[in-house]
Amino acid sequence: MNDMTLVGKNVDTRNIKISARAVQVYYGDTHAIKDVDVDIESNTVTAFIGPSGCGKSTFLRCLNRMNDTIDICRVEGQITLDGEDIYDPKVDPVQLRAKVGMVFQKPNPFPKSIYDNIAYGPRIHGLARNKAELDEIVEKSLRRGAIWDEVKDRLDAPGTGLSGGQQQRLCIARAIATEPEVLLMDEPCSALDPIATAQVEELIDELRQSYSVVIVTHSMQQAARVSQKTAFFHLGNLVEFGETGQIFTNPEDPRTESYITGRIG
Amino acid sequence: MPTFWLVVALFALSAAGFFLGRQRALQAAGGDARQLHSLPSYYGLNVALTSLVPALGVLVIWLFAQPMIIESTVSGMIPDDLIPEATTRGLVMSDVRRVAEGLDTAIAQGAMTRDEVNTISTDDTDVRARLGEVGVALGSEVRSEVLSAAQRYRRMSQTGAVWMSIVVAVLAIAGLALAYLKTDKDFRARNTVERGILLLLLLAASIAILTTVGIVLSMLFETMNFFSLHSWKDFFFGSTWAPNFRGDSELSILPLLWGTLYISVVALLVAVPIGLFAAIYLSEYASYTVRSFAKPLLEILAGIPTIVYGLFALLTVGPALVKVFGRGEDGLLGVEWMSGATSVLTAGLVMGVMLIPFVSSLSDDIINAVPQTMRDGSLGLGATKSETVRQVVLPAALPGIVGAILLAASRAIGETMIVVMGAGAIAKFSGNPLEAMTTITTRIVSQLTGDTDFASPETLVAFALGLTLFVLTLGLNIFALYIVRKYREQYE
Ligand SMILES: Nc1ncnc2c1ncn2[C@@H]1O[C@H](COP(=O)(O)OP(=O)(O)OP(=O)(O)O)[C@@H](O)[C@H]1O
Ligand SMILES: [Mg+2]
Repeated sequence: MNDMTLVGKNVDTRNIKISARAVQVYYGDTHAIKDVDVDIESNTVTAFIGPSGCGKSTFLRCLNRMNDTIDICRVEGQITLDGEDIYDPKVDPVQLRAKVGMVFQKPNPFPKSIYDNIAYGPRIHGLARNKAELDEIVEKSLRRGAIWDEVKDRLDAPGTGLSGGQQQRLCIARAIATEPEVLLMDEPCSALDPIATAQVEELIDELRQSYSVVIVTHSMQQAARVSQKTAFFHLGNLVEFGETGQIFTNPEDPRTESYITGRIG
Repeated sequence: MPTFWLVVALFALSAAGFFLGRQRALQAAGGDARQLHSLPSYYGLNVALTSLVPALGVLVIWLFAQPMIIESTVSGMIPDDLIPEATTRGLVMSDVRRVAEGLDTAIAQGAMTRDEVNTISTDDTDVRARLGEVGVALGSEVRSEVLSAAQRYRRMSQTGAVWMSIVVAVLAIAGLALAYLKTDKDFRARNTVERGILLLLLLAASIAILTTVGIVLSMLFETMNFFSLHSWKDFFFGSTWAPNFRGDSELSILPLLWGTLYISVVALLVAVPIGLFAAIYLSEYASYTVRSFAKPLLEILAGIPTIVYGLFALLTVGPALVKVFGRGEDGLLGVEWMSGATSVLTAGLVMGVMLIPFVSSLSDDIINAVPQTMRDGSLGLGATKSETVRQVVLPAALPGIVGAILLAASRAIGETMIVVMGAGAIAKFSGNPLEAMTTITTRIVSQLTGDTDFASPETLVAFALGLTLFVLTLGLNIFALYIVRKYREQYE
C-alpha cells in the first residue's frame, strides 16, 4: 500500500496541508480504520469513495477531531496539519475545528433563525466588527451555498423549517461562513437535486482556489467531476489513493476497479 | 355476602370459565389446535372475560349508586323542622348513618337481636344509652325520626346488598354460559377478546378521570356552601385573614396567596439555577462513571418525604438563619432582623432544595433528548462546549425546560409540609423574607384540623382555598403545555 501513496507523491507539486500516517481508529473493539496513510494537499479537492460502512466518515472526522465527542472512539497514529500534530495534547481541538470546518452527512441546522445559523460561527470567532459586516458575511455565505435566492425573504424563519436539501445547503453555507482553511464535506449533495448539486460543485471548485476540500461521495461521476485526488476505502483499508484521472481510468487494484464499475459496494 | 367474597367468587368463576372455554374449543377442533380460528387460550379468555367484565362493571356502579339512592330516600323522611338552626340536612344524615352503624355494631356484639333492632323505638328504649354500651358514642339524644330513618337505612342497605349479589352472580353465570355455548372452532375468539380488552382499558381510564371529576365537584359544592355563608368579595379582594369563631371573620385569600407565591419564588430561585446547572453538568460534562453514581444520588433527594424536609427547615435551616440575621449582638451580623426560626426564607430555601432533583432530572432527560448531531454541528464550527450548551443545546431544550420549571412551580405552590413547619402562621403582606408568613396550604391544614364543624365559614373556607389552589396549579400546567407546544411548532 505504501507504493500507492508514493505514486500520489511523485506527481505532487503542491503543498501538503494535512498528512495522516498509520492512522488506526477503534470503536470499542471494532477496528474501523486500519493503518491509513493519506496526504491532503492545499488548493485541491480530495474525494473519499467506497462502499457504505467502509469508514469514510470515520476517517473524515479524525481530521478535525470530531471523534473526540464519541466516548468509545480511539484514534492512533499521526495526523498533522501544516506540520503540526493535531492530536498533540497542546493542541486545542476548538481552534483546530475553526480551521478545519465540517459539513455533516445528516443536515443539522440549529433551532435558530436562518440568519443566526449562518452568523453562529462568525459571532463565536468574532469575525465581524459590526452588524453590517455580519450581514455581509451572511449574504455572501448564503450565496456561495446556493441558497440565497430561496431564503433571502425569510432570514428570520427557523432553519429547521427548511426542506432537507435546503437544510443541507444551509449547513454548507454555515461551514464556509467561518472561512476555514480546510473544508470536510460528508456527502454534501446526498439530498440535493441536480441543479443544486451543480451549484454546490461549482462552489467546491471555487473554494479550491483558497482552501483544500475533502469530500465524501457515493457518486462516482461527482468524484470524477470535482476532485483532483481520490482515495478509495474498503472495509477500513485505504485501497488506493492517487490522481482522480488515474483512479477512474486506470486503477491499480482490482477492488477499485470493481467498485468503480459497480461490481462491489 | 360481603363484597370481598363476591369479588373473589367472580374471579374464581372466570378462572373456571377460562379452562372450560379452552377445553371446549379444543374439543370442537378434535384436539387439533391448528383447526381453530384463534389460539386455544383466546377461547378461554373470551369465556373468562365475558363472565367477569360485565359483572364487575355492574358491581362497581352498584357500589357507588346504592348509597346515593338510599341517602336521598331516607333523607326525605326527615322533616325540615327537625333540622336545628345553623346546621344542615347533611349533618342530620350523618347522625342517621351513625345510628345505623351503631345498630349494626350492636347486632355484631350480640347486645341486640335483629328483631329488636328493627322494632325498638325511642318511646320505650334509651337508644343512646344502649348504643353507648357497645361503644358507639352519640352526641345527643336520638330522636324518633332519626331512629326510624336509621332503621330504614339499614333495611335498605341490606336488601340492596342481597340484590346486588344476586344480580352480579346471575350476570357472571349468564356471561359464562353464553360465551361457553358460543365457543366453536370457527368462532373468532381473538377479535372478541380484543374488544373485551379494549373495554377493560376504557374502564380503567374512565375510573381515573371520574375520580378527578368527583374530587373537583365535591370541592365545588363545598365552595358554593362557603360562598353562601361568606361574601366572595371579601374572599377574593379583602386584605385581611383573621378567622374567629364569633361570626365576623375576615377571610381573604390575598395575604395567603402572597405568602404562597413569595415562598414559591424563593424556592424556584434556589432550585432552578442549581437544578439546571447540575443537569447540564451531568448530561454534557460528566464522565460516564461520575454520571452513573451522581444521578442516582441526586434522585435520592427526590425520595425524601417532605415532612423530613420540614424537620430540616425547623431544626437546622431556621436556627442557622436566626444565627446569621438575628440575636442582635450575639448574632453573626450583629443585627436583629429575624426573631423566630420560621420565615419565608427558611421555607423557601428548604423547598428549593426539595425541588432541585425535580428540576434537574427532568431537565437532564430533556437535554439528553437534544440530538447529538446538533452538538456536533456547533463543535464542528469551532465552538467550545459551554458555547455549544448555551447557544444550541439550551435553546433546543428550552420548551422542555420551561415546562419542567412550571411543573416545579406548581409543586412549590401546592407543597404543604415544609411550609407548615418552616413558614410560620402569620398572614400578612410583607416584602421582608426574614418574616414569618403563611400560605394557602398551611391555612387549609389549620382550618380543618382540630374540632371541625363543617357548617361554619371558617371551616368551609378551606374548600374555597383548595379549589383556588387547584385552579391555580391547573392554570400553570396548561400554560406550561402551551409554551411547550408553541416552541415545538417553531423548531420542529
Ligand atoms: N459511533 C459509532 N460507534 C460505533 N461504531 C461506529 C460508530 N460510527 C461508525 N461506526 C462503525 O465504523 C464503521 C465505519 O463507519 P462510517 O460511518 O465511517 O462509514 P461510512 O464509510 O461513512 O459509511 P456511509 O457511506 O454509509 O456513510 C462502520 O462499521 C460503523 O459500524
Ligand atoms: Mg458516512
